[in-house]
Amino acid sequence: MSAAVATTSTSDSTPAALETGYNFAYLDDQTKRMIRRAILKGIAIPGYQVPFASREMPMPYGWGTGGVQVTASVIGPSDVLKVIDQGSDDTTNAVSIRKFFARTAGVATTTRTRAATVIQTRHRIPEEPLAEGQVLVYQVPIPEPLRFLEPRETETRTLHALAEYGLMHVKLYEDIARHGHIAKTYAYPVEVAGRYVMDPSPTPKFDNPKMEMSPALQLFGAGREQRIYAVPPYTRVRSLDFEDHPFTVQRFAEPCALCAGTGVYLDEVILDDRGGRMFVCSDSDHCEERRAAGHRGTMLADGTVDGETTDA
Amino acid sequence: MYVAVKGGEAAIDNAHALLADARRGDRSVPEIGTDQIAEQLALAVDRVMTEGSLYDRDLAALAIKQARGDLIEAIFLLRAFRTTLPRFGYAEPVDTGALRVRRRVSATYKDLPGGQVLGPTFDYTHRLIDFALAAGVEPPPPPEAPVAEEAARMPRVTDLLAGEDLIEREARPADDAPVADLTRAPLAFPADRDLRLQALARGDEGFLLALGYSTQRGYGRNHPFVGEVRIGTVEVGFVPEELGFEVPLGEVVVTECQMVNQFVGSAEVPPQFTRGYGFAFGQSERKAMAMALVDRALRADELDEERTSPAQDEEFVLAHADNVQATGFVEHLKLPHYVDFQAELDLVRRMRAEIAERRERDANKEAAE
Repeated sequence: MSAAVATTSTSDSTPAALETGYNFAYLDDQTKRMIRRAILKGIAIPGYQVPFASREMPMPYGWGTGGVQVTASVIGPSDVLKVIDQGSDDTTNAVSIRKFFARTAGVATTTRTRAATVIQTRHRIPEEPLAEGQVLVYQVPIPEPLRFLEPRETETRTLHALAEYGLMHVKLYEDIARHGHIAKTYAYPVEVAGRYVMDPSPTPKFDNPKMEMSPALQLFGAGREQRIYAVPPYTRVRSLDFEDHPFTVQRFAEPCALCAGTGVYLDEVILDDRGGRMFVCSDSDHCEERRAAGHRGTMLADGTVDGETTDA
Repeated sequence: MYVAVKGGEAAIDNAHALLADARRGDRSVPEIGTDQIAEQLALAVDRVMTEGSLYDRDLAALAIKQARGDLIEAIFLLRAFRTTLPRFGYAEPVDTGALRVRRRVSATYKDLPGGQVLGPTFDYTHRLIDFALAAGVEPPPPPEAPVAEEAARMPRVTDLLAGEDLIEREARPADDAPVADLTRAPLAFPADRDLRLQALARGDEGFLLALGYSTQRGYGRNHPFVGEVRIGTVEVGFVPEELGFEVPLGEVVVTECQMVNQFVGSAEVPPQFTRGYGFAFGQSERKAMAMALVDRALRADELDEERTSPAQDEEFVLAHADNVQATGFVEHLKLPHYVDFQAELDLVRRMRAEIAERRERDANKEAAE
């Protein structure tokens, strides 16, 4: 992928020494070609899980090996990479993966969503709307949305082939009958381009609407499970629901305590053992940008609170 | 006031520096050499080579040292290294009949051509902690075996049975038949036996041991006898395309287990013995035996047996046998999950609030009545 978005190189750390003895972005070209084929097939059949011969990576399975292989196969020297985990650039695994690419590919890295051409993520979609030319790479633990309803791969592949998704609808219906809600708050299943039911990875369902008609290319890599799938730009992505129980997203009662942002996903932070808590943006870059723009939450270290006078 | 969690990068660097220090341990104790590991912890090296799918004693010893003796971590290191190596072809099949045998035992015959060769084994040792080892007492020189006149004459037990037509025949695949390789192609089900054997050979010893054990306790019973376990050295040959003839690549020490299992026969096939096969690098007897039990159990469909137990369930066994995959996914649970947990918190709180509200409403109604 080439840098389609105007960027300034916003490397967030001193450039790491390039790892010698390995190919650009670690994987050998044969492997990259095999993975690119799988990606192209995935793009051609939106939401379909393409098997690929996942390689052992120098990080453990379950820690983003699928996403890393996809990123390694699409990234080029001119790309700018952002890596987030739980919405934040500074969580340990995000730091580790960003370092890996800085070291094996020597690419520029950034924490700014807008500046990135390739964004690898675990569990979140950035709050900042993505643009054409950006690639969002999801790390996927269990790619099969039907897995916990049917453990057998031979069965689930047949169900997908027949577009037989009754099991899933019954599960969602039973949730409503039993709990009054669909008890699925993350990895909420979606239907892609009117055909395949797909697992959006364990993003909170709050993020599901961001997938719909996104101008960015969305790629999903599951290393341990050896699957790649994709949602091409401007593709319909519908969260499964019922007419009388339409899909809704989580709402938070209060704004971000640091940037006063609303309509964003918040993390709960426990402050003490007496029930004290605060809510802050899960997307750390979004939060920082808002603060840099002058927004002030109630618990930000310096003075004025947003909301009463300026916009919230 | 809240300070956002920052400094992940520095924390990681420090953690790794601590790891290096803990790995070294007390500096007044001499550092262990990889040659010592290769020589004196040889069975650990064998296991790491087997499940790491790479025959290299020095590298496996280094991996064990780097992993602080955590064998699954060492296997992972070896696998991650292996994946970066170029693949220039597949070796010729090794002939285990021509093994230079260091150990060979059969449970089906009291004596047989080539004899029973015990070799270095824990069998029949009393498991008493040997304090002489702690004191560093040198063992006496090993007993010398008489030079065997017919060293090469050690036919496989299964070949002896085959001579009488008492054991199933295995069709030899064509020389140019493709070899399944799950490190190059995604695992797909149903899997043929070559692919299953590859997955089992790489599979976790403990997992296969438990599954094999379960077949002995009635979960997919297959009436096994150890036809033979043999350990020894064999030459590996390779035919480079540009040469067109076989050249030796070197020698490897391997363990092979041929299980002989009962089979009552079917409409087409008269009663005969069937085979379960186990193979591992180095001296890995437990692994090879467990693998042979599970291989036989997984042949249920082929032999028209009812599949009732986990060890017979191909998808269950193959999908969970790889300890590098398993440990990664189990251990990833310690990665942050607070986004998802937040979503669950929200739902649980909402549902509890709704229930409390309903109770209150009902109570009020009752009070009003």
